[in-house]
Amino acid sequence: MVQITFVEPSGNQIDIDVSDGWSLMQAAIANGVDGIVAECGGSCVCATCHVYVDPDRAGELPQPGEEELELLEEVKAERRPTSRLSCQIKATPALAGLKVAIPECQT
Amino acid sequence: MSGDAPHVVIVGAGQAGLQAAETLRSAGFDGRVTLIGDEPHPPYQRPPLSKAWLTGGIDGGQLTLRDPGALARKDITLRTGARVVALDSAARQLHLSDGTRLGYTGLVLATGATPRTLPGSIAANGAVRVLRSRDDASAIAQSLQRCRDDGLPLVVIGGGFIGLEVAASARKLGIDVTILEAAPRLLERALPAELSAWYANLHRTRGADLVLGARIARIDGAADGRATVHLADGRTLHAGLVVAGIGVTPNDALARAAGIACDNGIIVDDCGRTSAPNITAAGDCTVRRLPDGGTVRLESVQNAIEQGRAAAHALLGEARPFAATPWFWSDQYDIKLQIAGLSRGADNRAVRGDMTDTSFSIFHYRGTQLIAVDSINSARDHMLSRQLIAAGISPTHAQIADLAFNLASLRPKAM
Repeated sequence: MVQITFVEPSGNQIDIDVSDGWSLMQAAIANGVDGIVAECGGSCVCATCHVYVDPDRAGELPQPGEEELELLEEVKAERRPTSRLSCQIKATPALAGLKVAIPECQT
Repeated sequence: MSGDAPHVVIVGAGQAGLQAAETLRSAGFDGRVTLIGDEPHPPYQRPPLSKAWLTGGIDGGQLTLRDPGALARKDITLRTGARVVALDSAARQLHLSDGTRLGYTGLVLATGATPRTLPGSIAANGAVRVLRSRDDASAIAQSLQRCRDDGLPLVVIGGGFIGLEVAASARKLGIDVTILEAAPRLLERALPAELSAWYANLHRTRGADLVLGARIARIDGAADGRATVHLADGRTLHAGLVVAGIGVTPNDALARAAGIACDNGIIVDDCGRTSAPNITAAGDCTVRRLPDGGTVRLESVQNAIEQGRAAAHALLGEARPFAATPWFWSDQYDIKLQIAGLSRGADNRAVRGDMTDTSFSIFHYRGTQLIAVDSINSARDHMLSRQLIAAGISPTHAQIADLAFNLASLRPKAM
């Protein structure tokens, strides 16, 4: 288990204990975090689980793959250097305490 | 009944029903919300059931769409394992299988669909499995493990998306697979002929046997799930498991018995409204009436989400028509197919990329109007296509064929 903080579009913060190997998207939808749509359920085909990773720690994450980079071109909300698809971020102990913010819109 | 405390009941705890329940809350509805599901599980994701769930790629928790605790925090009452047997719209009451009744002031029907089965004259009861629910998929996953351990093959009946995804999952597990399709090509209702041929080649290349134009004479089952499939041409296939993916029937019986207009699904408008006041419907159980009088039935996650949202707003008196470009996807092996729009009625097409490759898109036109795009491992083409179709922008065939041309440059500036 690793604790991740999700910041909903309203600014509300939710701390969730995420099992190792789960994606941040899976943890967010199971816990009903607002703003993550995840239409494709984690197949990396829909770009509706967009998050902004804490800028101070974005560099600690494994780099996005080619498919994720393609979809990040098409996110609905503003794309930032810290933009990621939460379905592609797997929980590991190294991410403990990470904070991710959810944009205003996904579709 | 205006004195009754507001209580919206949602029948069906799948993707559409869950979306309707949560939309009521996010739209500010503060009456009671009850979400009723006939399965024992809280809302879960169906798409992985034919993919990662069969290959052991995910655990049960990862299928969860909402934990009961998350629903409780939103003051949504979840009743699992509860079956609604009748709807009395005059009395605004539901009759449950345990004999109790539940009153409502607003109702959302999100009852889903049931897989078609082979006629009893062809297949003995229990010889053939179908895949719809989590329990269906778990049983299939268990049988596939046994097939692998005992070196027994899988026979898939139906070359549609579910059947082909199950076939691909089984091949990933190293199981011999034969796919039987009655039509002359795979995915006939969803894809153009050249893409059907492309998928046939894909499955053959990955080691699956494919029988097109297959006629099944009889299937004999044994108690342990093994079965023998007899084809009309005399061939006999022994299988450790037979799975049929031959389409679904919308669950509209509850609505039909209550006098709500149905036509192979509960008829809804673009806001999810049925023919009955205070009753809306969403997801696989519906058929949408189009402005031109025709109908369209979509079975997709996107449709469930969008209609669930519209159905909730409609009950609150807000018309929020669902107008997004339809989209759908299928994962088989390492190939991601994404479909944007509906290609019904297309009369010409252009290909972007090379169909002998594993990344390309087929753009479908009616006249000069772009109406649909099938993308293979081309997520960016797909995402752009949805925007272009929604905005009514049609690239020329020359622009499609020219890989140096940036399709994003056609995108409406506001998007």
